[in-house]
Amino acid sequence: MTIAIQFEGVSKRYRIGQIGTGTLSHDLHRTLAKMLGKPDPFAKIGQENTTSNTPNNEYVLALHDISININQGEVFGIIGHNGAGKSTFLKLLSQITAPTSGAIRSRGRIASLLEVGTGFHPELTGRENIYVNGAVLGMNRKEISAELERIVEFSGCSKYLDTPVKRYSSGMTTRLGFAVAAHLRCEILIIDEVLAVGDAAFQDRCIGRINEITSGGRTTVLVSHNMALMRRLANRCMLLQQGKSTCVGATADVISTYLQGSQHGESPGFRSLASHPNRLAGMKPLLQAVKLHDISGEQTSTFIQGTPIKIEINYDASKHPEQLSGIGFIVHSITGARVGGFNSYMATQPPHQIPQSGITTFTVNSPALTPGVYRLTISIGSHQSRLIDKIEPAIDFRIEPDDIYATGYLLTAEDGVVAFECDFSSTES
Amino acid sequence: MTGRTEPDESAHEAEPWDRVISPSSAVSPLPFHEIWKYRDLLFLLTKRDIIAFYKQTLLGPLWFFVQPILTSLIYVLVFGRIARLSTDGVPQLAFYLCGVTFWNYFAECFNKTATVFKDNAHVFGKVYFPRIIMPLSIVLSNLVRFLVQFLLLLCCVAWYWHLGHIRPNAYILCIPLLVAVMASLGLSFGMLFSSVTTKYRDMIFLLQFGVQLLMYATPVVYPSSEIPNAAAKALSWNPLGPIFEMARYGLLGAGEVSMTSIAYTVCFAAVATLVSALVFDQVQRTAMDTI
Repeated sequence: MTIAIQFEGVSKRYRIGQIGTGTLSHDLHRTLAKMLGKPDPFAKIGQENTTSNTPNNEYVLALHDISININQGEVFGIIGHNGAGKSTFLKLLSQITAPTSGAIRSRGRIASLLEVGTGFHPELTGRENIYVNGAVLGMNRKEISAELERIVEFSGCSKYLDTPVKRYSSGMTTRLGFAVAAHLRCEILIIDEVLAVGDAAFQDRCIGRINEITSGGRTTVLVSHNMALMRRLANRCMLLQQGKSTCVGATADVISTYLQGSQHGESPGFRSLASHPNRLAGMKPLLQAVKLHDISGEQTSTFIQGTPIKIEINYDASKHPEQLSGIGFIVHSITGARVGGFNSYMATQPPHQIPQSGITTFTVNSPALTPGVYRLTISIGSHQSRLIDKIEPAIDFRIEPDDIYATGYLLTAEDGVVAFECDFSSTES
Repeated sequence: MTGRTEPDESAHEAEPWDRVISPSSAVSPLPFHEIWKYRDLLFLLTKRDIIAFYKQTLLGPLWFFVQPILTSLIYVLVFGRIARLSTDGVPQLAFYLCGVTFWNYFAECFNKTATVFKDNAHVFGKVYFPRIIMPLSIVLSNLVRFLVQFLLLLCCVAWYWHLGHIRPNAYILCIPLLVAVMASLGLSFGMLFSSVTTKYRDMIFLLQFGVQLLMYATPVVYPSSEIPNAAAKALSWNPLGPIFEMARYGLLGAGEVSMTSIAYTVCFAAVATLVSALVFDQVQRTAMDTI
């Protein structure tokens, strides 16, 4: 397999904070040290890129010793939290800035799509801007002329081609920008979340077009927070954490590593309840532990939207005098709204009774929740109106967005808490 | 550079990399090959600058003429009538128009190139192309402006020639060379300064102020024959002086032309261009981190 892109021990160091007084002296200090052959006085070996701890030193490693080979024709995804170094990776690869150490080698013409409509001038017409933008992205005039018709058709701006771009709506500008980008001639394409633009219908067309481009055997490097899209497009992924590459492999594996790692605490999806700070006053510590599993049985606290959530509760009341009658859970949204719940009283006919100790499992088959963080409250009692133990909340879990409607529209908190399953039709009258 | 790589398994060992990015890649200050590859971009950016300049203006391209005419008239009033500076016997309007036309070109190249990273941060931060394309497009789009204004100057010269006030000579043929040398001086000063303005913003104020002062250190509003001997030595370092003198001699028939001084200017420009291109190449690598 031919290697299209090779990163070899690439690091990038940034200076954090304001460039103010003393900068010139710092620079002189460093230059002096360099000239004398001494190590850089402002670099600390092993300094990590963390936003939480404030390092004494003003420099931060945004990328740390990245080595990776990307094969020709591969769609390679970069996954990571905000600030993990994804954008820096793309910037280095697109040659926007140089690495502090290491080398990046590549074969073939590279086009980077870190933004759509780069170089658009508001006073120029749509046509003029297509040429300037195309040239900025590395095409020559002949190539742009050859693609012009397709670009115009894709953008849907043919009527306004000779109107200055400043008269365009922002949606039209974006469409025009993407249309140029989507018709680039290159061997290596770099894409950064540009899909998060335009209306749902246009996003769908963009994704379709990217699908088309990537399936054409072109090497593509893709950065996105949209795991559903990543799963659909990427062959292989790399997980970046605090500037380091922590996992490289098949997309599904890397995504699940990422989702698991995104929970706080030692083991995501597990919480010991024996001495939980959120146990309500006067409650007996009967609840022992709670575990969350996804559809594949993997313990996790992050679920793809629409996939089943399995809740396993471990309790022990063998030393408790009262006979237990029921157990249940309630889900609250992060804003405190009670979303729903389930308990053993709903599941069985009277007389209600559950074992004095054991494991209860609830499987929420189709949780119609929108993406976000939810809090799970667990309670157990001897009667519907007599609770013996209740922890509110016991554990948090997160729903990751997915293209549940298969339209490219991803739900957010703006769309409420519940994701309706709904039929739609409209007729012209 | 862009040899298309075929997915040929056997060839991959031998196949060289198209591009290697490292903290200190081999220094090629003037990547002619890359510039040639991006010549269409250079052309389109130049065209963009020119079109954008006069779009949605009442007078359109006429603005190219308004500025030099008004400035020259003010100079006639201030330096000619009030200060009564000598113009070596040349009609004042022609003298000042000549100075203003040439100086504007130099100053625009210098000023715009010096802030090229700041002005184009939004483009440079998103996409790669040889950064030197931007300064070059500034020089070219201003050259177009200069040529239009030069046409005006030629009309003025022709008028006074017709009246018999001035007598242009064969040195007029050197003007293309003079313009090229002046443009490369403006470009290289600008590129040198751009390395500083990316880091220290206050240098931009120094720059604007400095360019103004430089005009008075250059024979733009006065002929160098009027420079007192004491100051002549101090001002002789200025590589711009011989350009203005020679241009004026060719066009208006008055000025001091010396081959040594013009040779000095040409050498100065060549060295400055090379050094500034080296500096610029180093600066552009990480300029986007500090802007």
